[in-house]
Amino acid sequence: MSFSAIRAIYVFEMARFFRTLMQSFISPVISTSLYFVVFGAAIGSRIQEADGVSYGAFIVPGLIMLSVITQSISNASFGIYFPKFIGTIYELLSAPVSFIEIVIGYVGAAATKSLFIGVVILATSALFVDLQIAHPFWMVLFLVLTCLSFALMGFIIGIWARNFEQLQLVPLLIVTPLVFLGGSFYSISMLPPVWQIITKLNPVVYLISGFRWSFYDTADVPIAVSLFAILAFTAICIAVIGWIFKTGWRIRN
Amino acid sequence: MSEILKVTGLRKSYASGFEALKGVDLSVTSGEILALLGPNGAGKTTLISTVCGITSSTGGRVEIGGHDIETDFRAARRLVGLVPQEISLEPFETVINTVRFSRGLFGKPKNEAYIEKILRDLSLWDKRKNRIMELSGGMKRRVLIAKALSHEPRLLFLDEPTAGVDVELRKDMWNVVAELKKQGVTIILTTHYIEEAEAIADRIGVISKGQLMLVEEKQHLMKRLGQKKLTVELQSPLAEVPAALSKYDLVVGADGASLVYSYDTRAERTGITALLADISAAGLVLKDLQTDQSSLEDIFVTLVKEDAA
Ligand SMILES: Nc1ncnc2c1ncn2[C@@H]1O[C@H](COP(=O)(O)OP(=O)(O)OP(=O)(O)O)[C@@H](O)[C@H]1O
Ligand SMILES: [Mg+2]
Repeated sequence: MSFSAIRAIYVFEMARFFRTLMQSFISPVISTSLYFVVFGAAIGSRIQEADGVSYGAFIVPGLIMLSVITQSISNASFGIYFPKFIGTIYELLSAPVSFIEIVIGYVGAAATKSLFIGVVILATSALFVDLQIAHPFWMVLFLVLTCLSFALMGFIIGIWARNFEQLQLVPLLIVTPLVFLGGSFYSISMLPPVWQIITKLNPVVYLISGFRWSFYDTADVPIAVSLFAILAFTAICIAVIGWIFKTGWRIRN
Repeated sequence: MSEILKVTGLRKSYASGFEALKGVDLSVTSGEILALLGPNGAGKTTLISTVCGITSSTGGRVEIGGHDIETDFRAARRLVGLVPQEISLEPFETVINTVRFSRGLFGKPKNEAYIEKILRDLSLWDKRKNRIMELSGGMKRRVLIAKALSHEPRLLFLDEPTAGVDVELRKDMWNVVAELKKQGVTIILTTHYIEEAEAIADRIGVISKGQLMLVEEKQHLMKRLGQKKLTVELQSPLAEVPAALSKYDLVVGADGASLVYSYDTRAERTGITALLADISAAGLVLKDLQTDQSSLEDIFVTLVKEDAA
């Protein structure tokens, strides 16, 4: 394992992030504020409470998840797609590093960026609503695992994509709907029974439920199931990446 | 001298089914400079990419410094620096960070003094804080070289290092190459300029249609490349070369009314003056004179034919 190479990739990727730090910081602040204005104030004034928590506070975990998931995917997919696109990937491929170091460097940087954004959203939310975090350790664990696993997924998308359209395709057509329908802005228990069952086919439900549990101690599904879901998802992504590594799929052919 | 690169039966078929390398064998001695010549699409870049691990081979073996590039890829690749044909650089990053990145990626400890030396040698030091997008094409190519040198390679691949580079910079580049050779770095470069190969290479290889047609000492090859032909057209046809002219290396042209004289442009005396004097002394009447030098393309063809024979 070449730690020097991991550090080089990580530092180089983070430099891209620091170059646009203001953007990286301001855009989540603005979008979070907008969510609070629209959902918290407009809708929240009618819903009042969900699962015994004020609606404004209730949506915070979902809001963080929404941003962190989309950011992890877009950061990681772009991070590895860009070198493919401009051709600088030649250097990664000719360096004395294995795919493992490349993945750790890129995925680590992408996850760090989205973690930062998650924290910014959390802090912004604290300005609008009264936050409480019942299980801080689990909160951090869920957040970090989500950043990592979706960055892994983003990495796969970035390797798979042959053009910018494909790069946008999966997040747009699959991930965003799943996250929106995954209970970011409502409790599953608010849905009619049939929809409650259908919704449980959506893996994101388990993430958001678990994450919300770490804040307010209430969950749509058992916490162990949530934890299992995120670990299983991470394992699947790692397995796919392992396969890509073995076959050189869309990289070395 | 030890062998730094050994390529045996290397094959590469692209996904399209096209076979770009058809069993290449090549052995390169440590410290030498090898120039690879060949027409567009011959497989030069493919050969380099396969050796460097950018594309996977579909057959054969490559060893770098005795390390197999697949089973022992870390040890093998640590020895190799690559300057690709296409300029590919992260446009928004600064010159110095891009070079530092390469060093780190190859697992070398930080060494700012060394990086400064490289940037100075390549006249990039003043531009170190500029973003890549603010550089000219020639400067970008030098950044690629700086990146490749940043991790102190023992075997350096330069894929058309002087394409689109002005004359002065080309000379600079040759100096850099000569300097590296002094430090014992082995260099394999591709080029479309015979003069370039002549100026810096020890050996020259010719690739055509995915096959390495020959690899030869420069001196030997240059002699063949320097051949020029003088065609002396005569008023009347002749059956054979007159006895009076037998001391020259002459052949009767295909039309039967001309004499073809091959000579070496590099030789001290070409022998043309004496030949023309002797021709008129032999009573032959000249109609016209014509000289031909084979184009690079012709030379490839000739070499390929000669080698097949
Ligand atoms: N990725 C690819 N997929 C399919 N065919 C390819 C690919 N890359 C190269 N080729 C083909 O392989 C052959 C060799 O290409 P290569 O780039 O190695 O040539 P070259 O000798 O470097 O030429 P040049 O002097 O133009 O740089 C060409 O016919 C080219 O079209
Ligand atoms: Mg080429």
